[in-house]
Amino acid sequence: MTVKLTNQKAWFLVAPVVVLVAFNAVIPLMTVVNYSVQESFGNNIFFWEGVKWFEEVLHSERFAASLMRQIFFTSVILLIEIPFGVAIALSMPRKGPWVSVCLVLMALPLLIPWNVVGAMWNIFSLPDIGLLGKALNSLGIGYDYTQEPISAWFTVILMDVWHWTSLVVLLAFAGLSSIPEAYYHAAKIDGASPWAIVRYIELPKMKRVLIIAFLLRFMDSFMIYTEPFVLTGGGPGNATTFLSIDLVKVALGQFDLGPAGAISLIYFLIILLTCWLFYTLTMKDEAQ
Amino acid sequence: MDLSWMAWTWPTAGFFIFILLALMTMMVWERLSPGGNPRNGILGLNTTRGDRLFITLLGSAFIHLAWLGIFSTPLWGGLAISILYGVAVFRWV
Repeated sequence: MTVKLTNQKAWFLVAPVVVLVAFNAVIPLMTVVNYSVQESFGNNIFFWEGVKWFEEVLHSERFAASLMRQIFFTSVILLIEIPFGVAIALSMPRKGPWVSVCLVLMALPLLIPWNVVGAMWNIFSLPDIGLLGKALNSLGIGYDYTQEPISAWFTVILMDVWHWTSLVVLLAFAGLSSIPEAYYHAAKIDGASPWAIVRYIELPKMKRVLIIAFLLRFMDSFMIYTEPFVLTGGGPGNATTFLSIDLVKVALGQFDLGPAGAISLIYFLIILLTCWLFYTLTMKDEAQ
Repeated sequence: MDLSWMAWTWPTAGFFIFILLALMTMMVWERLSPGGNPRNGILGLNTTRGDRLFITLLGSAFIHLAWLGIFSTPLWGGLAISILYGVAVFRWV
């Protein structure tokens, strides 16, 4: 009898996760693939259409416009949230009772459900009765997010920064807390300037958590739905109709399951490619 | 079990069977001739065989979409480019 050197029984412990993922990810995704090549007439009646919907989506101006809005939104919030979050984390106290106070304050926005955030900012920004809207208007700034695209964009971006910068702060702070004191002592002995400490000790040590923060914020903002839907409903006109809002309009508003399936898959491929590219390029140096 | 809500068709089933077969081929390949450890390819990326399969599949999806967007149907040209691309990825990346 041969003695096996490795024990493979541990794979059974992973089985529940495999079943769970199959039910909440693999089967729905397979269904989307099936829908994307067919025309549906309700009551589970489907007709084969081949790649017609994909072709339609690729040439659709509506899809291109909502994709552009989505890319612009994600770029803007990443450009604001990542540096802003790092700056806040760097200026937070590292020791003493204030650490907990700061952390709790930072975590508060993250605890609020998405639709509540949308509703809060909706009322907060109303031009006639909302605190923000009324204040801006009384300063002489023509602000009305229900009518003007620029106001709507300003509100949506401000809302996202308010809601999600905390996540970057918490992750960056966790990265900072893991830096041993010895690094700071060494920097002090060498007479390093505060900027040099940030540049050569703190930022490199935060690199991994910042990659995670970037990926989380990229994915979340690229898939954002609830907050802008509650705040502006994609308006005024189509000014803040992001890809996800447009997708729901196609899938549930018009009940076009075929085109919605095609949009979903292209959407999914874009997210997959971006995450893979970003992860691979940032981890390239680490692996060598 | 009623699966009519999933609206299965033979071409989509074939697509998933192909992915499953590809994964199983990878397992058999590794069993027969181990060598799936990371290596440094021409792009300077550390990739295992599994990574290369992922790059091939993801790239093929975009090649097919690009073919569809530029030349429309039939997609045989896109398929041919994808196969060449896949061979190149497994050989050099």
